Amino acid sequence: MTPAAAEASAVLSLRGITKRFGSLLANDSISLELGRGEVLALLGENGAGKSTLVSILFGHYVADEGEIEAFGEPLPPGNPKAALAAGIGMVHQHFTLADNLSVLDNVLLGTEPLWQPFSRRADARRRLVETGKRFGLGVAPDALIASLSVGERQRVEILKALFRGARILILDEPTAVLTPQESESLFATLQQLVVEGLSVIFISHKLDEVLRVSRRIAVLRAGRLVATLPAAEADKARLAELMVGRAVAPARRRAATPGEDTCVLQGASVTNGDGRKLLDAVNLELRAGEVVAIAGVSGNGQEALADILCGLRAPDAGRVRLGGRVLPASPQAWIAAGVARIPEDRHAVGVVGDLPLWENAVLERFATPAFATLGVVRRRAAQAHARNLIERYDVRGTGARGVETPTRALSGGNMQKLILGRALMGDPNAAAGPRLIVANQPTWGLDIGAVAYVHQQLLDACAAGAAVLLISEDLDEIFALADRIAVIHHGRLTEARPTAQWTLSAIGLAMTGGMRREASHAAA
Amino acid sequence: MLAESLDLLTTIPFWIAVLRIATPLILGTLGVLLCERAGVLNLGIEGIMVAGAFAGWLTVYQGGGLWLGVAVAAAVGALIGLLHGVLTVTLALSQHVTGLGITLFAASLASYAYRVSFPKVSSPPTIQPFAEMAWLPIPVLDAQTPLTLLALLLVPVIGYLLYRTPLGLAVRMVGENPAAAEGQGLSVARVRIGAIMAGSSLMGVAGAFLTLAAFNAFYFNMVNGRGWVCVALVVFASWRPGKALLGALLFGLFDALQLRLQQSGSGLFGVSVPYQVYLMLPYLLSIVALVLMARRAAYPQALMKPYRKGER
Amino acid sequence: MLRLEKRALPSRVAMLVAPFAAVAFTLLVTSLLVAWAGAPVGRAYALLLEGGFGSAFALSETLTRATPLILTGLSAAVAFKARLFNIGAEGQLYLGALAAVAVGGQHGGSGFALATWLLFPLMMAAAAASGALLLLGPALLKSRLGVDEVVTTLLLNFVVLLFVSLMLDGPMKDPTALGWPQSVTLQEALQLGKLVERSRLHSGLLWALVLALLLWAQLRFTTTGLQIRAVGANARASAFAGMPVGWVKVKVALLSGALAGLAGAIEVAGRTGYVTLDMSPGYGYSGIVIAMLAALNPLGVVAAAVFVAGILVGADSMSRAVTVPTYIADVIVSVSLLAMLVAAMLAQYRIVWQRGASRAR
Repeated sequence: MTPAAAEASAVLSLRGITKRFGSLLANDSISLELGRGEVLALLGENGAGKSTLVSILFGHYVADEGEIEAFGEPLPPGNPKAALAAGIGMVHQHFTLADNLSVLDNVLLGTEPLWQPFSRRADARRRLVETGKRFGLGVAPDALIASLSVGERQRVEILKALFRGARILILDEPTAVLTPQESESLFATLQQLVVEGLSVIFISHKLDEVLRVSRRIAVLRAGRLVATLPAAEADKARLAELMVGRAVAPARRRAATPGEDTCVLQGASVTNGDGRKLLDAVNLELRAGEVVAIAGVSGNGQEALADILCGLRAPDAGRVRLGGRVLPASPQAWIAAGVARIPEDRHAVGVVGDLPLWENAVLERFATPAFATLGVVRRRAAQAHARNLIERYDVRGTGARGVETPTRALSGGNMQKLILGRALMGDPNAAAGPRLIVANQPTWGLDIGAVAYVHQQLLDACAAGAAVLLISEDLDEIFALADRIAVIHHGRLTEARPTAQWTLSAIGLAMTGGMRREASHAAA
Repeated sequence: MLAESLDLLTTIPFWIAVLRIATPLILGTLGVLLCERAGVLNLGIEGIMVAGAFAGWLTVYQGGGLWLGVAVAAAVGALIGLLHGVLTVTLALSQHVTGLGITLFAASLASYAYRVSFPKVSSPPTIQPFAEMAWLPIPVLDAQTPLTLLALLLVPVIGYLLYRTPLGLAVRMVGENPAAAEGQGLSVARVRIGAIMAGSSLMGVAGAFLTLAAFNAFYFNMVNGRGWVCVALVVFASWRPGKALLGALLFGLFDALQLRLQQSGSGLFGVSVPYQVYLMLPYLLSIVALVLMARRAAYPQALMKPYRKGER
Repeated sequence: MLRLEKRALPSRVAMLVAPFAAVAFTLLVTSLLVAWAGAPVGRAYALLLEGGFGSAFALSETLTRATPLILTGLSAAVAFKARLFNIGAEGQLYLGALAAVAVGGQHGGSGFALATWLLFPLMMAAAAASGALLLLGPALLKSRLGVDEVVTTLLLNFVVLLFVSLMLDGPMKDPTALGWPQSVTLQEALQLGKLVERSRLHSGLLWALVLALLLWAQLRFTTTGLQIRAVGANARASAFAGMPVGWVKVKVALLSGALAGLAGAIEVAGRTGYVTLDMSPGYGYSGIVIAMLAALNPLGVVAAAVFVAGILVGADSMSRAVTVPTYIADVIVSVSLLAMLVAAMLAQYRIVWQRGASRAR
């Protein structure tokens, strides 16, 4: 296609988009075009500026500089309503759906004039079902969002945009929360969209998907557009290098020499208030010097499992033993027994953002004799410990105030390093390192550099004799680090088989419960 | 006492009292309901009711018609609601503390204005309040003022608005998931502030009922905690207009009952009880209602969470 | 459109300037009200200042008023720091006062025949305990059942006041008070001494100052203080780190209620000698305003309490000289609160104006 013709068929054109958040330059003069009927992948690691760019496109943010044109018409900035009217639809990474309302309500919102004294629900219901059929996205209009699965909710998000006649669809990290099979289903949907004449912007940091699904790939790095190339001409190595700007050595895994059982779960079950089993007769052995990973889509019992191993709750049935002993369900008991815990949500659970760095550094141990005497905190000891931690674990972002800096001023990566340091350094008076490390989504939302750092720390601690439990939704990470892998689904855990014995499709199958079905078929 | 109470329940004057006591609660609860459905806790209700009571009464005292007084009370309520909205929605300040500040501000401002307008009066000046609707052929209602009819009619109207119009859907969505509303092209700030203003104007009318219908003058302390009762009733009503009416009527029932018991002097189960105990019952009842509904409350999910647009 | 952008590091200077900016703004706004009342604004404010701080007598009155305000301010500060919104300080104050009189009153004779050094602490403990237990109920309802403590504590205020009225009409009535609802008087020996002769300023002020210092030290230096601050800022993270969140909240409730109860006891022991229904013109509620003005800092509470007391006393004195109703005091206090909230927010956030967000056709 000649350049002129390509220009003529561009449905979307961004020119010189620049956006700053305080001192952070999130988007640096980005110019991009989207062709008619094309799937453009926006690739970059976490923090590269992809989400910011599309948020500007959709009107959630206003760019400091630059213009956008949709279908040849200039797009008014900062106005989702204008974006919707121009035919742009967005499927957000964190679904914008109200749990307590129905699918129809969520879709209907904003499509009728606010001052209209009635609502054409029957019409809308019919149109919704038709749209669903047309794009192969089945949906029950009157179902409450709260009753839908993650995959179904994403379908509703997509339908919201299609219902409004979107001709350009933006998908922000859509496969982050899907099983491999659900992702396949999504890719098929994308094909259908293109057939129907839509153009798609697909944001991801996963190289495999991007190569599979898109026609063209735009790579962002630290806020700038570093390359645009046809998918046919790209390969994983080249893309990875473009994304990071240098060759990144992944963490090195040495062969595992597992030691004795550090932590054993036998028939552990957890039942919630409604009688539903969050964990169902789980058996797991964690051995010193070995990394065991739990794969699974979030919401299948990982939280309950992590809670048990972090000392937050005891199993309602079955047993958990650490070093052969049964410990009470008290975080302090588990911490004292040498368990290093890295929680899933660093902002909400990992640190108290308003407190200064040094108080967070000793958050788990400030009441122990190491840092307190007779109820009074030993400030100097605690602050010294914090300084030590910050240096050893390369925590950056402490400004003029040093250890008194409020913790929420740290970036995600540095906050995670602080949490890592707190967990791994443990008791300053203890001779050995931790015996068990519970790492729950430890690299979620981090850039490649920070990810590699966290991985290396975990592996080093493992080599020093700790048992490591890794709960992750990132299969790449799991395959890179784990010695054994178990898959969790609806609270049931498969056997933890050595990594070499798992394939991607087997794991995907297990994530949807397929393995059990397979097993029962075989038995029949 | 039981037999006497049952007797009471069949007399018309009793039910007239129930409806009269319930009216400001219906209006106030609907007002709080609108605000909370949009995700905002409006603790300014107590002060807005005082301000509405004063503003409505003053308008009539200066020669305006009764309905003009009601309109002014509603407008004053909406204005204070606007202040609340700007502080809690635009500036995202703490809804708890702002509400309490506004209650104090509105109430003290109204009292101040009253004192400035009437520096030295031994007894509060009175007006001619709303007349009973004797022309209505329905018993109990014919002894009520038009404001009570308004309150009763507002219940189905607000129900329809919330559940069957695009505006109502927008209000509900803003209280459940503001990001969803923003993603569908709505302005969360505008919808929330609009809901707060509408709710606050109802609170103003609730206050005006006290000076323009129930009584005929403005007294200090005349609202006496009714606003807080409304906040409790909204939880009891699970944020639904129909249940709000039920809650207000139930409350009116118990309040009228304790008034009768006090007056008749026959005591609780024959034991003579100090009048303060009777006066305590409405407040204790509200607490009980809150406790009963606590577990089952289907909270608007974004209630009391400030929404900061475009925050990283 | 207007957008709020969080500052990376909250501006310390702005936090210090905030209360003063808030007060200045308030006085500007309320000057309109003064003008409306037909009084010369300058003179009215001068009288206000004079009446609150302008003479030794004025100061003594202000400090007398400040004493219970410091305590209710501390009560609100410690509670709000743990995100326990205690609006029931008014009721806790009255209950504490009642308890103090119950233990230390003359009861028609010479009261309980215990040595003063025993009876006095017992009296104070009773007051603290009643305030603490009164708040414990709503606090537990909140943590176990999720019942909003704002409404429950508020409603309880009304209940307690009625209870006090009941007591004053009956068992605790002072028979010599000629039918006026007033409680029995406290034993002479238990009453607090005066700090300044021929004024109402009593040693309760010293108690209040000491308690403020102790609370500040606790929050800053002790493990309990760290727990309170952590739980208030992020209960989930605190629970994960192994802090006993439920127990911390109970401790805070007991502490907050006790401080308010003590406010009542100290008022009785120092200023009035007995309990009446109007002994507190809203000290409990003013305490909340004071705590917010002080940004929940115990030492700041002392300053804010003196400020608010000065306004209240000054307004009283001003209204006697000019035709400005005393309600101006409450208006000043409430506007200061709202202005302080905005000022504190501005220290943490920047307001950004941006082009865009015009209505699409």
